[in-house]
Amino acid sequence: MENYINIFVKAVFIENLALTFFLGMCTFLAVSKKVSTAIGLGIAVIAVQTITIPANNLIYTYFLKPGALAWAGYPDLDLSFLGLICYIGVIAAIVQILEMFLDKYVPALYNTLGIFLPLITVNCAILGGSLFMVERGYDFAESVTYGLGSGFGWALAIMALAGIREKLSYSDVPKGLRGLGITFITVGLMAIVFMCFGGIQL
Amino acid sequence: MKVKELLFDPILKNNPIALQILGVCSALAVTVRLDQVLIMCLALTFVCALSSFFVSVIRNHIPSSIRIIVQMTIIASMVILVNEFLKAYAYDVSKSMAVYVGLIITNCIVMGRTEGFAMKNSPFASLLDGIGNGIGYSFVLIVVGIFRELLGSGKLLGYTILPLVRDGGWYPSNGLMILPPSAFFIIGLIIWVIRTYYPDQMEESN
Repeated sequence: MENYINIFVKAVFIENLALTFFLGMCTFLAVSKKVSTAIGLGIAVIAVQTITIPANNLIYTYFLKPGALAWAGYPDLDLSFLGLICYIGVIAAIVQILEMFLDKYVPALYNTLGIFLPLITVNCAILGGSLFMVERGYDFAESVTYGLGSGFGWALAIMALAGIREKLSYSDVPKGLRGLGITFITVGLMAIVFMCFGGIQL
Repeated sequence: MKVKELLFDPILKNNPIALQILGVCSALAVTVRLDQVLIMCLALTFVCALSSFFVSVIRNHIPSSIRIIVQMTIIASMVILVNEFLKAYAYDVSKSMAVYVGLIITNCIVMGRTEGFAMKNSPFASLLDGIGNGIGYSFVLIVVGIFRELLGSGKLLGYTILPLVRDGGWYPSNGLMILPPSAFFIIGLIIWVIRTYYPDQMEESN
């Protein structure tokens, strides 16, 4: 149990995908204007992350890992170079299903997310999560925890940024910096704050 | 005139990073050293140009409901090519860039251009658009890389430009520039400069 709590806390704070690895930045910067949209997107990311990382874990363990195809009679086969294309295929399929689901049952959220829902496919946080999972050799249960934790950490970061940006609209920012420019600098400051979590061991 | 616009507009007028907010992640992670930046730029321009081209070639045969998967497959194949190539001929660099070459797949510049441009335009125009956006991306990345390597470790491409204090020179290195958050500040400032020259890119305050 302790191991899982450790993975979860690490994924949320110490190795926050958005603020320490800078993954998923494009959506992070573009969809953080309002807290309500940020919450919606955060939930979508948690959902996609929690499904895709364990799914990719299964694919890696039973098909791609060197020697994983021993059950099919190919003990020497190493398909790990196909990893990238498989992971992204799984992610794209799940995002497309989520898109259809939201379109039918939650049209309000579907409309606010707009182009950024298909772009979750290219949200590097999702693929990055899967790649880190493979790199660190998590087993199935650990990958579920990691998926949940990393998604949650990303959602937390985007909600925090959206809150800051809503407050920021009351301040007098130099003209050329307004919007994207000041957002970059804000995220830089947030990232420095998150560096304080570095080195904490549970 | 079309060719020129497609190739050079993305550098300042319609920059993928500064205006379209695409492809920011790798801009932050790989910009500590200039040699990594250059390889990243070449890899991205290659992937972006060729996947735009191939998506555009088959654009009339892609059903719109599965277009994302089709695009991703094409992009992923290109990235695997680049990844295997780097592993074979530049192993050290590919090791030091770790997952970020793989993450070109999810670099939204590539996806954004195939989805936003290549699906509607002819193969040749898409190829040029891909190259143009690759150049625009490279422009920002190279500027950030120059600042970070020069101010952070006093070197450019490994050659000492500013002799550091600890090696007996006069330049005290700026540790902040080595840390990833500095890339945010530099890009923020680049955006400020670009928007001062092109005031129509400024955003209204709400």
